[in-house]
Amino acid sequence: MRIKLTVNGDEREAEAADHESLLTVLRESLGLAGSKNACEQGECGSCSVLMDGELVCACLVLGAAAAGRRVQTVESLSDGDRLHPIQRAFVDAGAVQCGFCTPGLVVATYSLLKRNPEPSEQEVREALSGNICRCTGYGKILEAVDRASSAMYRR
Amino acid sequence: MSTAAPRTRIRGGVGESVERPDSAPKAKGEFQYGSDLRREGMLFGATLRSPHPYARIAGIDTAAAKKMSGVKAIITASDLPTRELFGLMKLDQPVLASGKVRYVGEPVAIVAAETAEEARVAARAITVRYEPLSPITDPVAALQPDAAQLHRRGNVIEDVLVEHGDPDARADVVVDGEYELGMQDQAALGPEAGLAIPRQDGGVELHIATQWLHEDLRQIAPCLGLPESKVHLVLAGVGGAFGAREDVTLQIHTCLLALATKRPVRMTYGREESFYGHVHRHPAKLWYTHGATKKGELVFVRATIVLDGGAYASSSPAVVANAACFGAGPYRVPNARIHAVGAYTNNPPTGAMRGFGAVQSCFAYEAQMDKLAAALDIDPVELRERNALRNGDAIITSQPVEGSAPVADVIRRCADIAMPNGEIPTEPIALPGGLGNLTHGEGVRRGVGYAAGMKNVCYSHGFDDFSTARVRLARDVRGPIAHVHTAAAEVGQGIVTVCAQIARTELGVERVEVDRPDTTIGSAGSSSASRQTWMTGGAVLAACREVKAELLARARKAGRSPDDLGALLEEPIDRTVTHRHRDTEPRDAKTQNQGHVAFLFAAHRAVVDVDVDTGLVKVVQVATAQDVGKAINPVSVVGQIEGGIAQGLGLAVMEEVLLRDGLVRNASFTDYLLPTTLDMPPVVTVLIEHPHPDAPYGAKGVGEPPTISSTPAIVAAIRAATGRELNRVPVRPDDIVFGAPYRSGWRITPGDDPRRAVRAS
Repeated sequence: MRIKLTVNGDEREAEAADHESLLTVLRESLGLAGSKNACEQGECGSCSVLMDGELVCACLVLGAAAAGRRVQTVESLSDGDRLHPIQRAFVDAGAVQCGFCTPGLVVATYSLLKRNPEPSEQEVREALSGNICRCTGYGKILEAVDRASSAMYRR
Repeated sequence: MSTAAPRTRIRGGVGESVERPDSAPKAKGEFQYGSDLRREGMLFGATLRSPHPYARIAGIDTAAAKKMSGVKAIITASDLPTRELFGLMKLDQPVLASGKVRYVGEPVAIVAAETAEEARVAARAITVRYEPLSPITDPVAALQPDAAQLHRRGNVIEDVLVEHGDPDARADVVVDGEYELGMQDQAALGPEAGLAIPRQDGGVELHIATQWLHEDLRQIAPCLGLPESKVHLVLAGVGGAFGAREDVTLQIHTCLLALATKRPVRMTYGREESFYGHVHRHPAKLWYTHGATKKGELVFVRATIVLDGGAYASSSPAVVANAACFGAGPYRVPNARIHAVGAYTNNPPTGAMRGFGAVQSCFAYEAQMDKLAAALDIDPVELRERNALRNGDAIITSQPVEGSAPVADVIRRCADIAMPNGEIPTEPIALPGGLGNLTHGEGVRRGVGYAAGMKNVCYSHGFDDFSTARVRLARDVRGPIAHVHTAAAEVGQGIVTVCAQIARTELGVERVEVDRPDTTIGSAGSSSASRQTWMTGGAVLAACREVKAELLARARKAGRSPDDLGALLEEPIDRTVTHRHRDTEPRDAKTQNQGHVAFLFAAHRAVVDVDVDTGLVKVVQVATAQDVGKAINPVSVVGQIEGGIAQGLGLAVMEEVLLRDGLVRNASFTDYLLPTTLDMPPVVTVLIEHPHPDAPYGAKGVGEPPTISSTPAIVAAIRAATGRELNRVPVRPDDIVFGAPYRSGWRITPGDDPRRAVRAS
């Protein structure tokens, strides 16, 4: 079926087969490959996006169910070469290794800091527990979230 | 290799924590991984796999599938251009099963179609008639004389005996143990993916997420019936590897489909298929006996180790050799007999995973060291320190540890790291079970455990191990710029940054670009064995020094200062250098020789809280000291260490590919559990920098030791908290609550040939 949705502020149209996920629509039809395809089962958070402002795994949302919704992906956060403070914090903290989990973690952190600008370490751990990283052991990721919170809210 | 400091200080050089050049594109979602690649007119590939662990193929019918919508090609064994086999160390694996299938998940047919869905549906429409055979899934059973032969040359993939000193020596105090490790998955987040593009000359270009472009090329070209000159490989973005991308998975299939359809073809595995598609860590069964004097000096170690190689050899021969060579750990052991055998079974094939054989034996010998400490009533840290290898001491292969052996230092400095707060927490999220809110702490006990481990860096036993680097120093309108080109696979570990740092330091030029790895340059070897900094770092260093020498020669000739780069670089300077480490000796009958280049050491201390009522474990802290030689990029080094410990924690308490009759029962991230932010504790790291004289700047390699002794340290801590034997990993809640130790079902005297094992009655 043909669906219309708002992606990163733009009205977009895409073909979405009945069984296809929002992740497939984003990656294969709309050319937005920043949301990643690691488990496609809602376990790893690599495809985290915001739908009407809510953090979701794009792999668990049917493409058809995204019709008429506002979707925000990792691609919306940077402005050309200018990184979003969360992306800058991930880079500076050394929280990026293979990087496959990074876009999802950046979006999940964006969602967390919007709700809770200065989270405690335990709150960060809880909020990011749906995002698997296989490379870093999470230490640098926790540091990145702390740096981002400082840069954005604790100036 | 000289470690002399360069004349010019420049930002972003060796020893600084430097931003990775690929981290901003990755954080923005712009970095292209294998599964992100697209080409105009691209087809999609899919694979039909065996549902049987062992069966004869009586017939394949593709007629119905061929007529389906969008289908452009279907290839089975009878359509292949050659009958060549592939494999990392033994050519024993068919491109598509022919005659027999030997494991659940073995590829039988491949399909290319206009959409991924059409390819998958058509693959399912292929009818294969199987005649099931009785599978062998216990590697010890596979080694018995009456076992059915799964391969023409029998079921032994590799047989390694280490005999040192008097292997039958006796001792005052003796401890025995039987151990098992389950099958661990590398679980790299990026799925296997590649894009093959047919070329005008009848060849093919493959963009592939791999660990070793040239080894892929060596295996791919013959199976396509093409000379290597007609197969061109380019590294696609790699979403983690950890050993799983050492072997060929979809490389040959993708190329075959592109050549058959004359169109670009992309193949990407989903997560379930990834579990079937790549090799895993070898499950292991180990029988150990350790002997010591009453004062706590090790007298002997004897062990029998059986590794389950699964249906095809992959890198099993080298994994078996590692398990044996490092089977006594980083200790002075005057007498030893270690007999390690890798067996073919009908389980999924196993091969490389971070730690590569050293992980399996470390779990067992470190449990033995704790048993010995208890039997002798000596503190476990003190026992390890007392027996620690010193410079010049020989390991059990008679090879002395030269250059750098700070083992006692590693053990002591790890043990001296400040302990976490001694109180068991009260908030439920910090307790075992976490968000499940399963306890208020009433059944929670705290335990502390220690372990140390060792492994080789680079390839061993006479392998011609080299890396090639091209360095080109030029100038453009912005000034001097260096280009570094190698075939080293950046898999997340950070070699791309290391190469740039070395070039900056050596050339005194801040602008360095590292080109995309491909097969137009010589091999860099694999991103494995903790070797890329040593080998490709060494090649870049050597190439830079040749460039620098030419620059100095030009300066002398022109009567200019060598810093006057503008004038001296009218013509760029371009040098390609192949770097080799010193020769190693092939294995002999008793593995008593100089088989390895150098050794890496680390120690771990784990603090755990265990709920003895539910059997759940919360790791509170992991402390580690690691000998890294020299930290070229300290933030990356710490990142490698923390990430490696997470994988060690996974093996200790969560991660196992569960098999029943050869079938993977948990091929998803829902059922194969990986550590999350709620499982990983804070890690406290002490870097020990004893430069190795042969390594670039003394940097020895970092990637594997964190994964080796972290697992036994965590299990030792759980033992300390619970008093349970816990001789198998991953430790399951049942093992803690009910305490029944693992039993292999086989009787064997440690050190004996496992082919002489008898079933325990």
